[in-house]
Amino acid sequence: MSKLLQVENLVKNFGGLTAVSNVSMHLDNNELVALIGPNGAGKTTLFNLLTGVIPASSGSIVLNGDNGTYPLNGKRAYKIADMGLSRTFQNIRLFKELTVLDNVLIAMTSKFKEGFIPTIFRFPSYYRTEARLVKEAKKLLAIFELEDDIDVLAKNLPYGTQRRLEIVRALATKPQILFLDEPAAGMNPEKIANLTQLILKVQHSFHITILLIEHDMSLVMNLAQRIYVLDHGSLLAQGTPDEIQSNKAVIKAYLGEEA
Amino acid sequence: MKANFKYNVVWLIMMVAGFYLMNTLIMIGVIDSFIENMLVTIGINIILATGLNLIIGFAGQFSLGHAGFMAIGAYATAIITQTASTTGGFYVSIFIGIVVAIIAALIVGIPTLRLRGDYLAIATMGASEIIRILINNMKMTGGAAGMFNIPQFADWPTVYIMVCVTTIVIVNFIHSRAGRAVKSVREDEIAAEAMGINVTKWKLAAFVLGASTAAIAGSLHASYLQTIAPNDFGIMESISILIIVVLGGVGSITGTFVAAVVLGVLDTVLQNFGALRMVIYAAALILIMIFKPTGLLGTWELSIKKIFSRSKRKERVES
Repeated sequence: MSKLLQVENLVKNFGGLTAVSNVSMHLDNNELVALIGPNGAGKTTLFNLLTGVIPASSGSIVLNGDNGTYPLNGKRAYKIADMGLSRTFQNIRLFKELTVLDNVLIAMTSKFKEGFIPTIFRFPSYYRTEARLVKEAKKLLAIFELEDDIDVLAKNLPYGTQRRLEIVRALATKPQILFLDEPAAGMNPEKIANLTQLILKVQHSFHITILLIEHDMSLVMNLAQRIYVLDHGSLLAQGTPDEIQSNKAVIKAYLGEEA
Repeated sequence: MKANFKYNVVWLIMMVAGFYLMNTLIMIGVIDSFIENMLVTIGINIILATGLNLIIGFAGQFSLGHAGFMAIGAYATAIITQTASTTGGFYVSIFIGIVVAIIAALIVGIPTLRLRGDYLAIATMGASEIIRILINNMKMTGGAAGMFNIPQFADWPTVYIMVCVTTIVIVNFIHSRAGRAVKSVREDEIAAEAMGINVTKWKLAAFVLGASTAAIAGSLHASYLQTIAPNDFGIMESISILIIVVLGGVGSITGTFVAAVVLGVLDTVLQNFGALRMVIYAAALILIMIFKPTGLLGTWELSIKKIFSRSKRKERVES
């Protein structure tokens, strides 16, 4: 069976700097995979390539989703989002001046195309779709215990809640693959334990594939079924958490040469 | 849905009441032709400024070329009604003005809307100057001297109805899924795109909608004043529309209404002060910007829905 997401020889050059070089990886259905590596290894750049925020210099990304096989390289980010790849951001990028509910509704919007005339003149069909969307959004927010905050502006939420809302917003696009960019950044151990539970819950109740970047090793080792290690833009190692923990090259990249 | 119907009926009653109030005031002579002239100018400015507020306040695209689209509407009406001098001809000319303005907005918008902030402002300003200079050099438009004796079809009821129609269109656009998409583009383009929002498309949609309402305002302007010249639609006109938007509050349609009325009245009252007029006008603007930098109303909106639900909450607390 073909892989859900197949990445072959992906390269990204910024001028003379090769940020990502010849990365090949794959994601299976319902898998939880982690991407780790030292700072500046190119993890976020790889995420940006996969979600179309920046175009790749060469290589191929192919999605074998529910609706057939699609090459994703060269596609605009919104098209890729439409095909079922959604993400969160390392430095939270919520729609700050809009309410929690609006943040989620916007993510649902792209799936509901409506003509200009029915929108402007408020046909009954407009209200019906709107009511259904709001109901769906509230249901989703309730799963993540955000139902009491729906009218709060996103910028006024506490930091941890903002991170949670970003995950909800990404899920609202009904993704097949969810990319989480450092979801535990700036959280204390107790919060990280909660987040671990949350990510597990997301994977089980939405049946999606998750690829996450994380520096917190307790979270990575608890959650990930497989791990990719990136260093200086290329894949250093891949395998199960146990394999990675005993991999010499990985230890060297993280801790330096043995004395 | 029933609830929405109720709010819409309240708005409709307010619009009709406003119309009859003005009609009565004109009939009993409280509003003379001088004040009526002021009210029509305010109405046209409201149409222009709500369109620009959509582009600047809701889509977050800083455009300085609004007068260019106004010129398109004005000249469409001037040229067409001089040959087809009927009410029907007037409405056809508004429609043609809108179509041409949409085409122009697409031509201007597709290359320039990828720019941000100051760069976009300069590019749109340039585009509007191109429109003005084209008009200045065409035979059909009467060149730099402009056009005279344009038949008058736009009286105050026409303007009042057009203000209502364009405001309904823009407000409904803002408070819809489309408007939400537009606002997400303002908030964060990268995040919006990652959530499946076609950023280019929605920026253009807001820009084109704003431009087409500006064309309507231009048509009304030409038909009411009966005389237009290319210099009426220069950079100063774009800036005076911008002043209304900024003064009322970027992102508040209610604020735009208030600012257009305040500035319109101020402008008329100051005509008695002769040379000091522009000094006082400018001083008033500076004072408002110092003490209320977000504009008169910030992003506050008048909402019947909120008023209703607030009074309901009060009842519940009291009982």
